[in-house]
Amino acid sequence: MQRIEKMGVWEKLYFPEVLRGLWVTGFRFWRNLFIHTLHLLGLANSLQAAMTVQYPEQRIPYPETFRGRHRLTLKDDGSIRCTACFLCATACPAECIYIQAGEYPDNPVEKFPLRYEIDTLRCIYCGFCVEACPCDAIRMDTGTHPGNLGFSRKDFVEDKTILTERSEELEAKGKEKLYEEYVSRYRRV
Amino acid sequence: MSTQTPDLPVETMDLQMGPSHPATHGTIKFNLKLEGEKVLDCEVEVGYLHRGFDKMCEQATWNQVIPYTDRLNYVSPLINNFGYALAVENLLGVETPPRCQFIRVAMSELSRIMDHLTCLGMAASELGAITAGFYMIEARELLMRIIEAVTGARLTISYARIGGVKHDLPPDFSDWVADAFRKTRRLLADCERLLSRNRIFIDRMSGIGVVSREMAVAYGLTGPILRSTGVNYDVRKAQPYLVYDQMDFEVPLGTKGDNYDRFICRILEIEQSMRIVEQALEKMPLGPIALDDPKIVLPEKEKVYNSIEGLMNHFKFIMEGIQVPAGEVYFAVEGGNGELGFYIVSQGGGRPYRVRVRPPCFIAMSAFHEMIRGHMIADIIPTFGMINMIGGECDR
Ligand code: SF4
Ligand code: SF4
Repeated sequence: MQRIEKMGVWEKLYFPEVLRGLWVTGFRFWRNLFIHTLHLLGLANSLQAAMTVQYPEQRIPYPETFRGRHRLTLKDDGSIRCTACFLCATACPAECIYIQAGEYPDNPVEKFPLRYEIDTLRCIYCGFCVEACPCDAIRMDTGTHPGNLGFSRKDFVEDKTILTERSEELEAKGKEKLYEEYVSRYRRV
Repeated sequence: MSTQTPDLPVETMDLQMGPSHPATHGTIKFNLKLEGEKVLDCEVEVGYLHRGFDKMCEQATWNQVIPYTDRLNYVSPLINNFGYALAVENLLGVETPPRCQFIRVAMSELSRIMDHLTCLGMAASELGAITAGFYMIEARELLMRIIEAVTGARLTISYARIGGVKHDLPPDFSDWVADAFRKTRRLLADCERLLSRNRIFIDRMSGIGVVSREMAVAYGLTGPILRSTGVNYDVRKAQPYLVYDQMDFEVPLGTKGDNYDRFICRILEIEQSMRIVEQALEKMPLGPIALDDPKIVLPEKEKVYNSIEGLMNHFKFIMEGIQVPAGEVYFAVEGGNGELGFYIVSQGGGRPYRVRVRPPCFIAMSAFHEMIRGHMIADIIPTFGMINMIGGECDR
């Protein structure tokens, strides 16, 4: 693009430029319409029509690295992996993790969290907790975005049960299904 | 009978525009003194988006500041991230590995393109060319998806770490970038067809918001606003950081210093930024992406899970944070809108004593009344748009 110091006849006439603009937008319009029609017939699916994504019917899958809702991972025997070491709570810049440690009656080596709560209204989904965990007990790889439906603050506090159940669900259903269920709420609204 | 006799006494009128005016994207208030539609004077009131960035930083560890910097200029958060990280590394006296530097350059330039696209697209759509605005937003979306895939989030990316970056680029990153750039170039060509000889656009932009060279320097303006006046100052060239000295790119300059020049400077800069990214991807070496120093960078997970030493380092790192020696440093990078500087004071220990940001658009806003004096109310919109004030950065 260059600076036009003085407008010539072409610019001053105004209409040629209007037509040129209409040609640009018109070309795109007809092209998109044509490709959309082809898509309806099941053809030319590799060609992209308009950029717009018809969410939630269509979607662009989240990338692998996407930082979604947290989950607390489980050991092979189904018990919680977290050892209540408080590193995630220390690293969290939003100070939104609350942990209360408890001791196993038969295991003097390890502790476990009696309570583990994440206040997702404060959480900024930065992923520092995942980085800070020394035993891979917390992850953000559920591929679902933060919850945004709720009628009280309590609805947004994710406690230990929710977080571990999410791990089980992910294991049982897989990422795709989990997401599908998650957004189906929006279709009902 | 004409209602406008020339000798009718004109009363000046005070008008408050903003703080949430639909055409000013950013909460800001203009206290205008008007004579009819002509702006006699303008007083800018900023601060509506103040969140206490400086104070918050004093309570966070060095690494915990990084999410805060995401929220400074949220249109190009990666540059802020890297600027802050570079400042702290400077204070620590360390240099990141070459691959990390190339990654940082490539990602900063992607961010800069996004910043310019947003600014130009919005400026065009505010003048009625909403189609061009949408095309640019479409291009931005293409780049945004790449950024999301690399960093894990679209806006609150938190990608930089002191001494490195969070994780490596995905393997097919260069293919994505090549594809996105091909489409972006096509979209920009369309925008050019819509705008370059468009009379309305030229009439609205040309000769409006003029800043002279001297004034620009006197006010301390930087970035596209300064370069539009013809002063060749770009931090990437003047004080090359990272590996910018190995890159071949030009700094587009304007002549008149009006909005039209700023628009063109930014459009040309997009092309230059794309060139830098392509070069960076070509030259990018293999190797580590972060320093191998457990005092500055978190040890790798492998070591943490499998060795006592790694675990100890990990605990120490999280509990105490990076120990930055006492001292102070000012480090500037070229942000989307100009020189983005971080002035950091450390008194030793795990937390910053003071973090002060030099936000480019805050300084540009201080010269706004000079740019708009004598023009019409309607000219405020393109002038303000071309400054590209970002609330998060201006008010911190
Ligand atoms: S994602 Fe960040 S803010 Fe959220 S719980 Fe983890 S560390 Fe805290
Ligand atoms: S989730 Fe990880 S870092 Fe947090 S308390 Fe449990 S073991 Fe420690």
